[in-house]
Amino acid sequence: MLLPATGAADPVLDDVSFSVRPGRTTGLIGESGSGKTMLAMAVIGLLPAGASCTGRILLRDEDLLTAGEARRRRVRGREIAMIFQDPLSALNPSQRIGRQVGEFLRRNGSSRAEADRAAVGLLTRAGIPDAQRRAGDYPHQFSGGMRQRAMIAMALAGGPSLLLADEPTTALDVTVQARILRLLRALQDESDMSMLLVSHDLRVMSHVSHDLVVLYAGRVCERGPTRELLRAPRHPYTRALAASVPAVRTRNTLAATLPGAPASPLARPSGCPFHPRCPMARERCATEVPALREVAAGRWSACHFAEEIPA
Amino acid sequence: MTPSTALLDVDDLRVAYGRPKRPWRPGGTRVDAVAGVSLRVGRHETLALVGESGSGKTTVARCVVGLIRQRSGAIVFDGQRLGAGARRPAALRRAIQMVFQDPRSSLNPRMTVGRIVAEGWQAHPSVAPPGDRRSAVRALLDQVGLDATVLDRRPSQLSGGQCQRVSIARALALKPRLLVCDEAVSALDVSVQTQILRLLSDLRDQRGLSVLFITHDLGVVRQIADRVAVMRRGELVESGETEQLFASPQHPYTQELLDAALDLDVTDLDVTDPVETVD
Repeated sequence: MLLPATGAADPVLDDVSFSVRPGRTTGLIGESGSGKTMLAMAVIGLLPAGASCTGRILLRDEDLLTAGEARRRRVRGREIAMIFQDPLSALNPSQRIGRQVGEFLRRNGSSRAEADRAAVGLLTRAGIPDAQRRAGDYPHQFSGGMRQRAMIAMALAGGPSLLLADEPTTALDVTVQARILRLLRALQDESDMSMLLVSHDLRVMSHVSHDLVVLYAGRVCERGPTRELLRAPRHPYTRALAASVPAVRTRNTLAATLPGAPASPLARPSGCPFHPRCPMARERCATEVPALREVAAGRWSACHFAEEIPA
Repeated sequence: MTPSTALLDVDDLRVAYGRPKRPWRPGGTRVDAVAGVSLRVGRHETLALVGESGSGKTTVARCVVGLIRQRSGAIVFDGQRLGAGARRPAALRRAIQMVFQDPRSSLNPRMTVGRIVAEGWQAHPSVAPPGDRRSAVRALLDQVGLDATVLDRRPSQLSGGQCQRVSIARALALKPRLLVCDEAVSALDVSVQTQILRLLSDLRDQRGLSVLFITHDLGVVRQIADRVAVMRRGELVESGETEQLFASPQHPYTQELLDAALDLDVTDLDVTDPVETVD
């Protein structure tokens, strides 16, 4: 599966390319306003009105950007499903959980009884205990973690080959977060589903993503296999990001701080968008946009001086 | 630490919220949000209060600042017992300032940064700068790492990190002795989060400020707290020196929290293996 995508017009996303491998998870990491959610929306075809998108989004060998609306609608749910950060606002508050989970099947010709039965099965797969009874509950009767599980059950209904997860655990307590992440990994193992995980949390990424794409101001600054990338970043931004993550299991003090605030794609600095905050910046960085290039096998970096970054 | 050296001493605090009135079901309308919590914040000390959502940590903070009233229990600040917010002497109200989680909703969108920071001086003229207030505001902004160009801007024209600095400047304007930070960095990007934590820790070192730091992020706790108190369902389950608590947690709940917290994992895990390392 290949998903090269390029934003256009007043490009929120600029020249962004990456791929999600079958049965694997690609993590899309970036700070607020880096364009990560926009990218997920482009993939599933839910960009806000007025947004235009050039490039290609390939699902297997089919370009979704040139596909018709009817085809895209068919793809949504069946091929690509999505879960969101805030399940409470994504669920219908006045409909029982089981009915919402079964809705996809009802729309595709199942009888109500069949859909209800299947919904209980999906909720069980998503780890909801006593699913038979809980299917009759409304969203407000569910805890935050249970709601996210219900969302996951809904996403699984169409048997998607790609699951988009936009900050799926950000709103949850740590203990619940760990359980949801484990569930996502277990589901991926049993169904060989691919995942595109959007998050700002490098800790979450390091536990679930096989590959990582680091976005800054709407551009890819680095991508590659997660562990290699975290162990030896090839872009100063990734390096600073990894250094600023506080550790729980080792004694640590405050990391060196990066000056300034994340750049917005709407006011992207000239040259390398990261150069105003970069400790390694030189003259060239302010004028010349660095191309994303392969700096080592499987490792891509958009830094003029990727080879000089200390480990 | 003996009680006399503590700046803030909270003893057996209890707070109850009334449930929404349900006329068809009379009686039994009380929820104990905080059920007997005692904690101390020493001088020049940062105490982190941790726990999952609903554990009552924000309620404790609001009580300390005086935004809500406790049902019972004592809050003693520098040897003086504190009543409800409005009944506190001005000097004590001023000495405890709060920084909220969401800087955008805790700053008045219609006011400029200059007015926001200076506003407290109207209520507390005792700490108002004698001369030019505008240059005093500028000095405060400089202290929190903002340049003077933000002075005439409004919160909507600032980034989240800048807004949080304005909140801190506003609190510092009143020369507080205790800063209560309720998830003050949770909404910020990591790179900006580190800047704010650095600022808070510098303030503690340079100004001798005490900080009650409420958070759910144990990594942040380990970076900046001297001591930690863990809350669960309105009760304090454990408290102690930060390094000691992280090294050998005594309560199973603390252990559970520590086990569930994620670290940046750069080890060569077999990636097909589910996330059992965090279980």
